[in-house]
Amino acid sequence: MIWLDVLVQGILLGGLYALFAAGLSLVFGIMRLVNLAHGDLIVFAAFAILLITATLGLNPFLAALLAAPLMFAVGWALQRFVLNRVLGKDILPPLLVTFGLSVALQNGMLEVFSADSQRLSVGALESASINLGIVTVGTLPLLTFASAVAAIFLLNRIFYTTALGRAFRAVSDDPTTASLMGLNPKSVFAIATGLAMVIVTLAALYLGMRANFDPSIGPARLLYAFQAVIIGGLGSLWGTLAGGAIIGVAQTFGAQINPEWQILAGHIAFLVVLLIRPRGLFPRAVD
Amino acid sequence: MHQVTTRTRASTIAGIAALALIAVGLILPAFAPRSLIQDLFFILTMLTLAQLWNLIAGFGGMVSVGQQAFVGIGAYAMFAGVILMGWDPVPAILLGGLAAFLLAIPMAFFAFRLAGAYFAIGTWVIAEVTRLVIAQWKTLGGGTGTSLPREATSDIIGVETIANLFGLRDAAARDVLAYWLALGLAVATMAAIYALLRSRTGLALAAVRDNDNAARSVGVDARRVKWIVFLAAATMTGLVGALIYVQTARISPDAAFSVTNWTAYVIFIAVIGGIGRLEGPILGVLVFWGLQTAFADYGSWYLLALGVLAIATMLFAPRGLWGLIHDRTGLSLFPVQRRLILIDERSKP
Repeated sequence: MIWLDVLVQGILLGGLYALFAAGLSLVFGIMRLVNLAHGDLIVFAAFAILLITATLGLNPFLAALLAAPLMFAVGWALQRFVLNRVLGKDILPPLLVTFGLSVALQNGMLEVFSADSQRLSVGALESASINLGIVTVGTLPLLTFASAVAAIFLLNRIFYTTALGRAFRAVSDDPTTASLMGLNPKSVFAIATGLAMVIVTLAALYLGMRANFDPSIGPARLLYAFQAVIIGGLGSLWGTLAGGAIIGVAQTFGAQINPEWQILAGHIAFLVVLLIRPRGLFPRAVD
Repeated sequence: MHQVTTRTRASTIAGIAALALIAVGLILPAFAPRSLIQDLFFILTMLTLAQLWNLIAGFGGMVSVGQQAFVGIGAYAMFAGVILMGWDPVPAILLGGLAAFLLAIPMAFFAFRLAGAYFAIGTWVIAEVTRLVIAQWKTLGGGTGTSLPREATSDIIGVETIANLFGLRDAAARDVLAYWLALGLAVATMAAIYALLRSRTGLALAAVRDNDNAARSVGVDARRVKWIVFLAAATMTGLVGALIYVQTARISPDAAFSVTNWTAYVIFIAVIGGIGRLEGPILGVLVFWGLQTAFADYGSWYLLALGVLAIATMLFAPRGLWGLIHDRTGLSLFPVQRRLILIDERSKP
């Protein structure tokens, strides 16, 4: 029974990784931009939530609700004033700008918040669990997974049934033609990055409630997010959920065998998928 | 009659100046203080790493964020040669190059499968995997690391000769040896890159970077060119990594596979100096060294400022300091641009 338990824990952990991945996938899908500071932005959002809970004495869920529009503004401004200037045929400038941002953010947070581990405290919910008969699962992991499913569902709805989603798809396919139709691709990009930062806030909320975080853990989150995106197949949001689950299961199984192998097992699962199915499990995009 | 050449008057003068500088560099330990030799060792090794990154990213369009894998594996292979096989540290540097070469094969295999910009994170993942695996290697200290044994560092080939020649203590003589090796590696790397860029393969590399499909359509074997350049750069990076750790004599997975030290700094050097030019990293490493000496005590603030500086450079001067100089003056010390020269037939006998 222990292995079934490990499997379920792994899948639920995958929900968190899918939340990490959804924002990365959204931004890449719309503007072919890989944001190397994605993991650090997640940590940044976690500190923002922490700061709001500490100053206003709010519950982390409410604090995240306040942090979300702030992070939207951060994402919008980042895209509008920095990233839009370097987008183009050449992939090098945006990569290097976001890499510089990653280093700057990490060290800025280190100065402001120190290297101490932090946690978003939610009292009894942290240890609450639900007995499902064959396995007992933590309420918080279950909530994480449910939020990931809800977030991906909503993102898909936005993408395929709203005017904003149509704009996203149009500028993604052909920014020149889209701008002939009265869209300003740069504004659309800014909204997309803002939206990605809202998902980042949600990811940060669960990251901070489930485990300790400190300014240095961003890059590792970026790697998990990236692996979930690639395993799922570029352009598929539901794919990132599957990808996250695969990384999560590999990590919990690795940890069960030897705690030192947890992270390594996740990376190796990613490499195995890349070996067998280089385009991921559910590829949509052709590029 | 016509002729295609990359040579200019400036490049001839630069070439002569470079030879003179190398000569000065070689005899420098005879009169320079030890601290200068140590600083130059740092500058030369960072310069070599930056030139190699510039080769694959700036000239080859392969933006790697996983160069720390090659530095780390190179350093660890050298340690393994010394500790497990009883090699002298200097020849063991070659093991570092070999190990980096062997690691680059699977890394290229996996990372080349990733579309566009995801290549960068792919290389990062492989570097992480390598670090985690090496941290399991208990004979070499596992996660906490280990030091080169005193017997190995005390009688490195050539150190005694250098000590007698310059009248130095052993420790200072080791610095001189490491400095000479760093100078040799830096010169060899830059000469090789320059030769490559002026060759047909270099032209093919630029074509692949600028437009993969167009390059292929005129018969360039894009995959082969990328593989060759990636493997060569990885091997050289491994040699540099091993050399750095011969000098440091103490290793740990976190330090040897540090993203900040071996990739972030290296990228900043290339970006600030100017990507896609041989002159860029040379200028960049001098700026970086100046900043490092002046501000390194500020720790995270310093790194924060470097990150911001890199962003600002990409936004306002994407071709770096050398790009600015080149735009103003048209100066190119190591030109790779091919120019057509018409030779007047009438003036010929």
